[in-house]
Amino acid sequence: MNDLLLEIEDLKTHFFLDDGVVKAVDGVSLQVRRGRTLAIVGESGCGKSIMARSILQIVTPPGKIVGGRICYHRAPGDVVNLLDYQRKSREMRAFRGREAAMIFQEPMAALSPVHTIGSQIVERLRLHSGASRREARALAVEMLHRVGIPHPAQRVDAYPHQLSGGMRQRAMIAMALICRPALLIADEPTTALDVTTQAQILELIRQLQAELGMTVVIITHDLGVVAEIADEVAVMYLGQIVEHGPVDAIFHHPQHPYTRGLLRSIPRIEDVTRARLDAIPGAVPHPYARPGGCPFHTRCRERIIHQLELCTHTAPPLTRVGPLQQARCWLHEPPGDGQRGAGHAAEPALAIIGGQ
Amino acid sequence: MSASHLGTLPKHIQDELAALEREEASERAVATASQWRLMWWRFRKHSLAMVSLGVLATLFLVAIFAEFVAPYNPMAVHATRTYAPPQVIYLIEHGRLTWPFTYGLKSTVEVETMRRVYTLDYSQRIELGLFVRGEPYRLLGVIPTDLRLFGTRDGTQLISVLGSDRLGRDLFSRMVHATRISLSIGLAAVALSLVLGVTLGGISGYFGGRVDMLIQRLIEFIDAIPSLPLWMGLSAAIPLTWPPLWVYFAITLVLSLLGWTGMARVVRGRFLALREEDFVMAARVSGSSERRIIFRHMLPSFVSHIIASLTLTIPGRILGETSLSFLGLGLKEPIISYGVLLQDAQNVRTVATAPWLITPALVVMLIVIAYNFLGDGLRDAADPYA
Amino acid sequence: MDRTAPRDAHAALLEVQDLKVYFPIRRGLLQRKVGEVKAVDGVSFRLWPGETLSLVGESGCGKTTTGRSIVRAYKTPPTAGRICFRGDDGQVVDLAQLGDAELKPYRRAMQMVFQDPFASLNPRMTVLDIIGEPLLVNGIASGKELEARVAELLRRVKLPPEYMRRYPHAFSGGQRQRIGIARALATGPRLVVADEAVSALDVSVQAQILNLMQDLQAELSLTYLFVAHNLSVVRYISDRVAVMYVGRVVELAETSKLFAQPRHPYTEALLANVPRPDPRLRGMRIVLQGEVPDPANPPSGCHFHPRCRYAQARCASEAPPLREIAPGQHVACHFAETLTLRGAAAPPAVA
Repeated sequence: MNDLLLEIEDLKTHFFLDDGVVKAVDGVSLQVRRGRTLAIVGESGCGKSIMARSILQIVTPPGKIVGGRICYHRAPGDVVNLLDYQRKSREMRAFRGREAAMIFQEPMAALSPVHTIGSQIVERLRLHSGASRREARALAVEMLHRVGIPHPAQRVDAYPHQLSGGMRQRAMIAMALICRPALLIADEPTTALDVTTQAQILELIRQLQAELGMTVVIITHDLGVVAEIADEVAVMYLGQIVEHGPVDAIFHHPQHPYTRGLLRSIPRIEDVTRARLDAIPGAVPHPYARPGGCPFHTRCRERIIHQLELCTHTAPPLTRVGPLQQARCWLHEPPGDGQRGAGHAAEPALAIIGGQ
Repeated sequence: MSASHLGTLPKHIQDELAALEREEASERAVATASQWRLMWWRFRKHSLAMVSLGVLATLFLVAIFAEFVAPYNPMAVHATRTYAPPQVIYLIEHGRLTWPFTYGLKSTVEVETMRRVYTLDYSQRIELGLFVRGEPYRLLGVIPTDLRLFGTRDGTQLISVLGSDRLGRDLFSRMVHATRISLSIGLAAVALSLVLGVTLGGISGYFGGRVDMLIQRLIEFIDAIPSLPLWMGLSAAIPLTWPPLWVYFAITLVLSLLGWTGMARVVRGRFLALREEDFVMAARVSGSSERRIIFRHMLPSFVSHIIASLTLTIPGRILGETSLSFLGLGLKEPIISYGVLLQDAQNVRTVATAPWLITPALVVMLIVIAYNFLGDGLRDAADPYA
Repeated sequence: MDRTAPRDAHAALLEVQDLKVYFPIRRGLLQRKVGEVKAVDGVSFRLWPGETLSLVGESGCGKTTTGRSIVRAYKTPPTAGRICFRGDDGQVVDLAQLGDAELKPYRRAMQMVFQDPFASLNPRMTVLDIIGEPLLVNGIASGKELEARVAELLRRVKLPPEYMRRYPHAFSGGQRQRIGIARALATGPRLVVADEAVSALDVSVQAQILNLMQDLQAELSLTYLFVAHNLSVVRYISDRVAVMYVGRVVELAETSKLFAQPRHPYTEALLANVPRPDPRLRGMRIVLQGEVPDPANPPSGCHFHPRCRYAQARCASEAPPLREIAPGQHVACHFAETLTLRGAAAPPAVA
């Protein structure tokens, strides 16, 4: 059965700046299955946000999508390449809003401060459907109720600044979901929120997804959020996907040194106090000073322990390392034989690094 | 982090691992570039602002060396050349490139209108030259010399590239001297506004509370006064008996009296924003005195904003002076400013017969536009960390 | 009013007593005071030499204001309360109402690391000027000696001393935070207030900075007051934890005790809501309803009662005091003894 919603192939989004070209997204291929939640995770500057914006073609100059395909499966057999549409075309505008919607870290970026939330939701709905003003308003109130805003019949006439941070986030979600999109892209939706509010919003997204059968692409740097909500995870580093797989495999059998490094470097609430943290050395390189070969080789301890020369000059391909799991690392593609199992070879060395 | 637990690995691998920990900072020239260098790099990208900078720099040079650039004394009256038209400079003679020359002017007085009518006198070929000898003067007010940028070779014949006014004075020479007055009055008026604006804006932003409230209301009141009528009223009050230099300073004062409010707002806004910055708090925790916090930590952060905002207010001052002088309420002869020059172009008849008298207006426009572009560029570059 | 472990109260490096910081709300043409935000409303705790105490809570709980008030980072002194600091000579001084001049000798002993590695370094000053500033204004060093000291400080935070002529924009977020730490260490402080010092950093860099802070604490016998919202980080770095809610401390205990067996319902909820980086632990959370109240207009009685699963009538009318229910364990809840709350201990293994 073909249950794909989105197929991204070799997507490239570059930024043409005075000082050079920044390859924010540099050949990303991904598949998103209908009704599932994909989390794109990575540190600042890895291109995860630009990659999500590229799907909706809301990358603004000097950023430009320079290559690839984004195939959207409206229904089985009904496939369109979104990159065939112009950025500002009618088709693309209809796609954004009606079939796909986006929520942001900062709700004020999506909500107009001079209109009531109700009027913004109504306008969005009427733009994409033939609903009358009266029907639209009733639907808006219903949606506000659904996203957990108390007294929706009164709050519908509130201005965004009259709401608290968590309520604004809910209002933005209501606006995004009013046209019942098949795809919701959530860009760091809980980063600015406190833990208790964050838990509420994640719960809300999960619940709405179940009710409306949406597909969710969530962009975050917080591995806790990923573990909480994702079905599948793509780990990005310097514009590329370095590992991709089901959430349990990523967290319990990570195969790329970067994923492993990330997971080891976070303090855990159940750990004993003051156990030394195993940090990834260095920092994400400056976009102008992108390392050659494998982009992660400048920070990779496993490369040194295994004395892999290849990494410094040749970029590894995305290799299959599990039933649904892929990793972009020479540890898994030893030159000569394509046998899987190299990942296990990495384990003893790992034990040396992490072991204390 | 330590690598002690990696003791089982060979030495060279341990060394490589230790090397990983050393994160390099950016090696590019940017690393050690001060804010002014960063601003210059950013400013350079603004091509219109760069051109404007060139235009203004040239005009300032002209203003400083006015006596040298102007071929004649701007006061010299030539009774035979009233309303003489601009003389064309020829570079080609008999199809060949030659040293620049012009033809002399022949004038006859029309009997009915009592006007002089000029025709070219082709028999009189006047050779032009660079660095010719002319009337003696003191360069920069000190060095006695008679060298002029350009003029006629023999020194007795006249060349007026932009024509002459009703007293036969050379318009080009007069404009060169007007540039000096108009540009300097713009700067002087803005300098005064700067002092007022920075002081009051600084007090307002730094102390806040009641003082801030009072100063803000004062600014709103001043901004509500229509400027031209007030300027007119004030300049009309300047006694006619005052010497030209006094009048010059009085007009400067009048112009700057209203102009400081924008500056005060900028300074106050920056103060309010910076007061909340972490690095200001860090300085306080370090034990820096409030004085040091203001002058060492806060002020350098907005000097560039002040310069940009100043640049944008200069054209307003220049236009103010020009308007006042044009209306006869500002500077007066013998001081020459663009406004004074434009007084000659006040009636349609003059403009119809001697259209070259409007050229000062074109230069004023050029100056205003150049300042605006320059200010735009500076404003964009003012915060290189944004 | 001993509220900490049965240690000798005279040994405390810092004792904060009933600290109150109110910010006036001014409105209208004449900027008349129409109310006040009780950002910090009666906070008391002791800090022992060499320990790390964390202040945790959600936005608006007053943890940052508490930290900043203690190092007197605000221009105005706190509204009320005492900040008793034991100086190098053993004399205890109340810093709360000291003027700038009297405060200056104590500034050397109390420093601060800021959250934002970008905003906390003046972009117009070189690293040498930034780290050298506290040395210069406190008359510790100048000229060549200043440079030598700055080089030494840079080495301490694991940055090459050659970088001292550079401007902050040449550095990554983690490196900038190291510069901020070097500045805080310049005067040889005994107390360092770290205000969300790692929350703006990427996870991989966050671990580096946490490790560095641990190393420095051991090397220089520093005492940390660590202000944070990330409970996993707090668990990692602190000896004791104070949980704050709307301007008040609701629970103060040793880290392991507080995490294993919280005694305040708010602590329980916070712990349950920490997103755990393990998909096998899903659905273990108690989603707390409602939102953090506005500190300008907090609920009556116990500020937490409208969101509390265990609230009873008494909670709405009577504010519970912070009391010691077991040695070193302080809770502000009427029912602390009777409630059995869930901690964040390692969950039962999932097959």
